[in-house]
Amino acid sequence: MLDEVAIVGVGQTKYERRKIGETFADLVFEVTNKALEDAGITIRDIDNVVTVSNDFQDGRTISSMAVMDACGAFGKNVSTVEGDGTLGALYGLMRVLSGAFETTLVVAHCKCSEGDQDLIWNSAFDPVYYRRLGLEAVSASALQARRYMDKYGVTGEQCALVPVKNHRNARANPWAQEAMDLTVEEVMRSPVLASPLKMLDAAPLSDGACAVIFANRWKAGRMTTKPVWVRGVGHCADAYYLGDRDLAGVDSLTGAAKRAYGLAGIVDPRKEIDVVEVFEAFGYQELMWLEGLGFCDPGQGGVFTAGGNTLMDGPWPVNPSGGVLSAHPGLVAGLVRIAEACLQVRGDAGARQVDGVRTALAHGTNGLCGQGHCVWVLGG
Amino acid sequence: MAQRVAVVGFGQTHHKSNRGDVTGIELINEAVRRALEDAELGPGDIDAVVIGNMDHFENINLADMWGVEGTGGYLKPVMKLTTGGTTGTTVAIAGYYHVASSLFDVVLAVGWEKNSESDTTGGTITAFDPVWERFSFPGALPGLALDAVVYMQKYGVTEKDGARVAVRDRANAARNPYAHLRDPITVDDVLRSPMLSYPIKLLDICPRSDGAAALILAGEEKARKICRQPAWIWSVSVCHNYTYTSDVNFGYLDTLEQACRETYKKAGIKDPGKEIDVIEMYQPCSFAGLSWLEAMGFCGPGEAPGLLWDGATDAGGDLPVNPSGGVLNANPIGATGTIRVGEVARQIQGRAGACQVPEVKTGLATGFGGCYWSDVLLLGNRPR
Amino acid sequence: MTDFQSGVEPMVYSGRIRMPYQWSAGETGSRFFTQLRDYGRIWGSRCRVCDLVFVPPRKVCGRCLNGIGEWIELPPAGVLQTFTVVYRHRPAIHPADPPFAYGIIRLDGADSGLIHLLGEIEPGEIVSGLRVQAVLKEKRERRGDILDIKYFKPFSA
Repeated sequence: MLDEVAIVGVGQTKYERRKIGETFADLVFEVTNKALEDAGITIRDIDNVVTVSNDFQDGRTISSMAVMDACGAFGKNVSTVEGDGTLGALYGLMRVLSGAFETTLVVAHCKCSEGDQDLIWNSAFDPVYYRRLGLEAVSASALQARRYMDKYGVTGEQCALVPVKNHRNARANPWAQEAMDLTVEEVMRSPVLASPLKMLDAAPLSDGACAVIFANRWKAGRMTTKPVWVRGVGHCADAYYLGDRDLAGVDSLTGAAKRAYGLAGIVDPRKEIDVVEVFEAFGYQELMWLEGLGFCDPGQGGVFTAGGNTLMDGPWPVNPSGGVLSAHPGLVAGLVRIAEACLQVRGDAGARQVDGVRTALAHGTNGLCGQGHCVWVLGG
Repeated sequence: MAQRVAVVGFGQTHHKSNRGDVTGIELINEAVRRALEDAELGPGDIDAVVIGNMDHFENINLADMWGVEGTGGYLKPVMKLTTGGTTGTTVAIAGYYHVASSLFDVVLAVGWEKNSESDTTGGTITAFDPVWERFSFPGALPGLALDAVVYMQKYGVTEKDGARVAVRDRANAARNPYAHLRDPITVDDVLRSPMLSYPIKLLDICPRSDGAAALILAGEEKARKICRQPAWIWSVSVCHNYTYTSDVNFGYLDTLEQACRETYKKAGIKDPGKEIDVIEMYQPCSFAGLSWLEAMGFCGPGEAPGLLWDGATDAGGDLPVNPSGGVLNANPIGATGTIRVGEVARQIQGRAGACQVPEVKTGLATGFGGCYWSDVLLLGNRPR
Repeated sequence: MTDFQSGVEPMVYSGRIRMPYQWSAGETGSRFFTQLRDYGRIWGSRCRVCDLVFVPPRKVCGRCLNGIGEWIELPPAGVLQTFTVVYRHRPAIHPADPPFAYGIIRLDGADSGLIHLLGEIEPGEIVSGLRVQAVLKEKRERRGDILDIKYFKPFSA
């Protein structure tokens, strides 16, 4: 799918623990305008819109209703994906690929501060068999982390390298919420949430929004001097019940990556991808996702990371933005990965820019413990 | 890169007020398996899955992930969409773009709802802005009543006119084994049924149902291999203009007018009344079956009651509306729009059984929901 | 009059979506739960096509979409695949005060794991691979839900 659809504009809010002064619609309006400005166009140049939101997070049925005006959908064809922002972006891409539209605006919003995340995530468990057990995202992820570490002998210290690296990277990202210098010891000494996960292994909760604009080749050529082309994309879902999966496995990520790489003509991601933005809500997830994406063998994520491969000055910088560990606006987080990968390809990532990026990978997850994944390959 | 898209399979559950014998996942699976049987395909033939419902009706967060067991989405691409009442058409349209993009060739689009599991009006109330509107505008009924009152006053339309719509749809539902309500009713029955919110009475409004529906959509080459008569999707449009109910132009569904106008234009339809053979509309109350027909361009302002009493919209008329019995007789909300598309496809395929109306070459399916939003899909018997 | 546009006190409105729900367990789930409640038995279901035994039981195999008709009674004992000791205090949803432990247990003869609580063991002694057994509530306390199993404890012959 070479050179058919490009990302021509991106916009992000600053991610913060609690944006008390702004509504969802305010955030969507802000990023819509930023993305339009980035592309050098106006809302009249947008011929369709995809919004991304979650009724549980927003505390309202038909959560997209709250932002129809703010994203400029009046009089336009608009739809709503409920799931990670990478999936909303994929629907936006499809609409351009279909030939029915030329420019899609994709916006995602989430204010994690406004709902109770444990209640919201408990609602993702089957109400008949499991919801009563009181599981939520942290406990479920802890079951996955334990299984992964036990199966492959990955250590807590290796997992801790991820928050250390990502919070350090975040210092160069003005949008990030938690930028800091940390040591592995500090991560290891932080309070246990649910073993083996500790406070500093986990992402914070954030409020924020992100927008991405897709355009077909003709429009992209007229809009911007730096189109970032969508080379490949793939998504895939694993089994639902956690007990049906080997939680140390990454079957659905392998499936999503295979599809994205196939479309992009990528044979060896290690040779062909220069920078990676993954959706790591916990440190261990970055190790697992790198395995699923083919940057190292199964079980080798810890060794691979300990070898410095994913540092800013390593061969495959992972999450130069600081990743989800430095800002986690719920289902916006995957769209942020796309926006960041896009900036890296353009060379517009400022102080967090990786040198010589030609091809970037962005990744999002959906559901509990990475049940679903979506993988994007972007190029200049 | 684009390709033409057709509906090649459709399956639905027997819609009921309460399917206590199955879980939501099992309900979804019934529709999916029927759609696969209909298209004579196996789960392995499906390239991607699209699914939708309304979250607070079942309180399942991320129903796409939970529903993998029912849809057969295991190790397949799966995506969830939700737009309120329009969810059922939204998933059909998303399935259409999945295929039209050429990223996928055969896509399963599923809409479902188990309204028996919660308080449907309670859930609907939460659609409205918590600061400005939630306290004042309870559920779907008052807005529809307001819409009807404005229309009735403007054109001297009566409660009896609305009742005639309900009678027509119920007569059609009696022929549809999947409908939730199937006992014939009379105009008097409707007029004597309990008043809910003037002018809407119990028999003027849709029920709340448990049900699921699944469409299989395929690209041109595959569609011809899968079935003898694919139902080709000619064009789709949506108009979701409003954020607040106070923005809505009650009495005239202008979002439906805009979406239809676009749909006709894309498909080259000049005179919808002559060129469209059957309509399955998301008609949540009887009165919507009048004014909305006008918004769709099938007659002039205030003329719909005339068409109705002339029998034009009956199953044997020139412009059959809701030959399946429509939404007044089965309303598993997230599936409701999907069913409209499936029923139109069946009519075009000549496979609508006792609900079949003669000589269908083109058909229109609509969705309604959110804040007086409209979706429209136009299907035909040949690729266009 | 002060300039009302120069600053604003941010107003925040609280609310809670509190809706009643009644989720059907379906025929398959109802059979599982009534057997657990009335006889203290744990049943799984087997997909003959995929040759997999699922617990919780399924009406339809999510992998091949074929109906599952075969029930298999599983022993109330198995192997701990993974676990976590929870230290967060979330009384609104958690079933116990911290620290308490969740585990995924592969019952003997099953191909999938059952998530449940762990009990009668010190947090520091829990390891993956441990053999565990179900501890049921007294029959009169059982209501036909997943907490009719109190927890899984270390296996003792």
